[in-house]
Amino acid sequence: MEHSTHTHHAGAHDDHHHHEELGFWQKYIFSTDHKVIGIQYGITSLLFLLFGFSLMMVMRWQLAYPGSPIPLVGGLLEKIMGPLASGGVMSSDLYNMFGAMHGTIMVFLGIVPLAFAAFGNYVVPLQIGAPDMAFPRINMASYWVYFLGGVVMLVSFIIPGGPAQAGWTSYSPLASIIPTNGQLYWVIGMVFLITSSLLGAVNFLATIIQLRAPGMTWMRLPFFVWAQFVTGFLLLLAFPPLEAAALMQFMDKGLGTSFFLPTGLMVSGKMAAISGGGSPLLWQHLFWFLAHPEVYVLVLPAMGIVAEVITNNIRKPLWGYKALVYSVLTLGFLSFIVWAHHMYLTGMGTAISTFFQTTTIIISIPSVIILTVLFISLWGGSIRFNTQMLFCLAFLVMFGIGGLTGLPLGFSYADLFLHDTYYVIAHFHYLVAPGTIFALYAGIYYWFPKMTGRMMSDFWGKVHFWTSLIFMNLIFQPMFAQGMAGMLRRMYDGAVNYSAATAANAGVNGVLSEAIIYSNRTISMAAWMLALAQIPFIINVFWSIKNGRKAGSDNPWDSTTLEWQAPTPPPHGNFAVVPVVYRGPYEYSVPGHPRDFSPQNMPEPVSRKA
Amino acid sequence: MDIPYTTTPREDTGLYNAKVGIWLFLASEVMLFGALFSSYILLRVGAAPGTWPHGLLNVPLGTINTLVLICSSVTVVLGWASLKMNRFDRYRIYQTITVLCALLFLCIKSFEYRDKFNHYEIIKKDGTVVDGHLIEKTKDYYIIHPLPKATKKSMESEHPAAHSGAAAANEHATATAAGEHEATGEHAGGAEHVKIMVSDIERAQNYGPWHNTYLAIYFTLTGLHALHVLGGALVILYILVPGAKMWKTDPERYTNRIEISGLFWHFVDLVWIFLFPVLYLL
Repeated sequence: MEHSTHTHHAGAHDDHHHHEELGFWQKYIFSTDHKVIGIQYGITSLLFLLFGFSLMMVMRWQLAYPGSPIPLVGGLLEKIMGPLASGGVMSSDLYNMFGAMHGTIMVFLGIVPLAFAAFGNYVVPLQIGAPDMAFPRINMASYWVYFLGGVVMLVSFIIPGGPAQAGWTSYSPLASIIPTNGQLYWVIGMVFLITSSLLGAVNFLATIIQLRAPGMTWMRLPFFVWAQFVTGFLLLLAFPPLEAAALMQFMDKGLGTSFFLPTGLMVSGKMAAISGGGSPLLWQHLFWFLAHPEVYVLVLPAMGIVAEVITNNIRKPLWGYKALVYSVLTLGFLSFIVWAHHMYLTGMGTAISTFFQTTTIIISIPSVIILTVLFISLWGGSIRFNTQMLFCLAFLVMFGIGGLTGLPLGFSYADLFLHDTYYVIAHFHYLVAPGTIFALYAGIYYWFPKMTGRMMSDFWGKVHFWTSLIFMNLIFQPMFAQGMAGMLRRMYDGAVNYSAATAANAGVNGVLSEAIIYSNRTISMAAWMLALAQIPFIINVFWSIKNGRKAGSDNPWDSTTLEWQAPTPPPHGNFAVVPVVYRGPYEYSVPGHPRDFSPQNMPEPVSRKA
Repeated sequence: MDIPYTTTPREDTGLYNAKVGIWLFLASEVMLFGALFSSYILLRVGAAPGTWPHGLLNVPLGTINTLVLICSSVTVVLGWASLKMNRFDRYRIYQTITVLCALLFLCIKSFEYRDKFNHYEIIKKDGTVVDGHLIEKTKDYYIIHPLPKATKKSMESEHPAAHSGAAAANEHATATAAGEHEATGEHAGGAEHVKIMVSDIERAQNYGPWHNTYLAIYFTLTGLHALHVLGGALVILYILVPGAKMWKTDPERYTNRIEISGLFWHFVDLVWIFLFPVLYLL
């Protein structure tokens, strides 16, 4: 909140055309301005990302040094979580809780709100030349419902018994039979978050469909808007089934129904007092029907940001804009029919597995087209290697690694071995951590001057980039090896029990070598170093708000899209005059034009007409 | 700052903003109910043969409710059409009927719910099952009005849990139960009440959502639908009474509001049109 206050002081004075003076609360807290809401989303979700990362840093201690007291935060944990962390040692229950909440917070409270809601809110209306979102008050409601969902999730940490501990996937029956109430909080929090996404998605889609400026035809939309458009549909249509599933899990837990609880379920050696007849597979289907499109919700906005930043810094048109647009539409559609590739091991049958293998392999085609388009666009460009461009170039490679390592997981035969190992962890973290999060960093460096009128330090940005890149790879690269060696993902002792060094395992086949176990420590070190690597970024953001180099103009990156043609920072209502769009989004270095970039609202120069 | 197309349609899409919004919202509602309907199918297909209950619900009441909702759908359209013809007085009558229909629907629905919560299945320690409506309940005994075909021998397969604990069922309790049955004359016609001592009961459970997966999905689907009916009725009522000032200041926008709430109302009706056969008839 602090941040948004500062940001908008600068703008408050020069927006003369806007007469009604709003009070502090309406302007910065309960604002209906898409830019303020975007910044609110941004700050909240960045804090949640930091929190989710901190949970993992604590878990990494337990993995590296199982059973020894956690330094620095051990005492604090004991104070908050009580017997779950007695003596500052992480108990297995606490490990499960942190694991479940790490996933939940990173996905639903961190990346989705940052990628979709924060960037989407700030940038999309500006890029399409709209004065605001189509439904500003619903937009505000969306943020506050998200905020409430976050509060519920945080409160679950301090209730007796602690938060949910059945993994971020919350598979029933496990999730329903754990006697503590953490799961109820999780489910209620999820209902808030889903409602928030629903409100946001309706708003984004209506805005893009209805509020495009005159001349802004569909094929003149910047690719970022297309990506958000498809993401909006994914959220709109994929989230409701999880809402239904959350409702049913709530009833299983709270009212004693048996939606996901089978007949004959034994809990702690006793027959559970339930009617039975439910289906555990039903939860998995409903969950993954959301959670696979969710993967694309995490990735598409990132691709959008990357396309914007890359074209801006190669100073030439994007190669294959149409291919990009059709690929993203195809990707959106296909993402709805691949969900059961997460369930090869459930015994749902070979025919169904075959179907989902086929669609899973097909969906790699549009993904590859998107990456290829971005790679080819680099060819022959005069590339500016500023911080945001470095992050985007790294995205291409890191995302490529994440995508290619996903192929073996798409085949059920290979997946039998790799399922639930660290290989899977490494695979999807390559997509989301050095993938999506790098793109989000790029977005922050890129749009920061528009939000504040000042530049972030490029030097410290590069320090942030190179250290993050190195440590990200040191974290996730060894995990491929661990996974292929057979190390399972949810072992709270870092698989020490399966180590070849353990006396009980002498002469047993298939135990884990010492190198594999030892890499737990190097990974943990790298994770903590990654945390240190974020300090330059955090300082850079806060320092640059007040002390950064002045942007000098509304368009410091010489960009073509409309957000850079608005005043800086844009006042409430964005454009002084409604912009008229004359051209496509990426007209860089057009021969005969006065400059190497031709903004979308620039009319055709007179000389060429004559 | 004015947001364009809040009232007038945009030329290329032919729609005003709220209409786009409501259609998108309804698309997500389709997915919400679609997921629950899919769950119904999966649970029903997955149920052990012969265990899926039939005929638990009151079909005549369901039919009346269907007609009530269809009627309300008609009056919503007539209300909107009246506004288009500048007849605010008629609009008011039609929308009042709509709201009353919604209320009637909810009353009938709650009556059906109460019936389910009063409907008990009591498994006695001797293995007999009494199934009927609760007349009186104290901490010592239940008085049940059994349904016609209610008293039956419990099937071992159906209630494996029911007997595990009662292996050494005390003689006394069994004797009392037997005595009770003689006293009430086996109530073949179901006309008489049965008194069952709590000490004889292995398990007593009403027909709430916890009773079986059919009732679970029944309560979830109809409960969620009833919430939609309630929400829709409240919105229509709000527009009708405190929101009616807008008719004077901005009639076009006001009419649009009726259209939007009407679209939602039709969707709610449509869900019921699917719910009725799926839950009551099939």
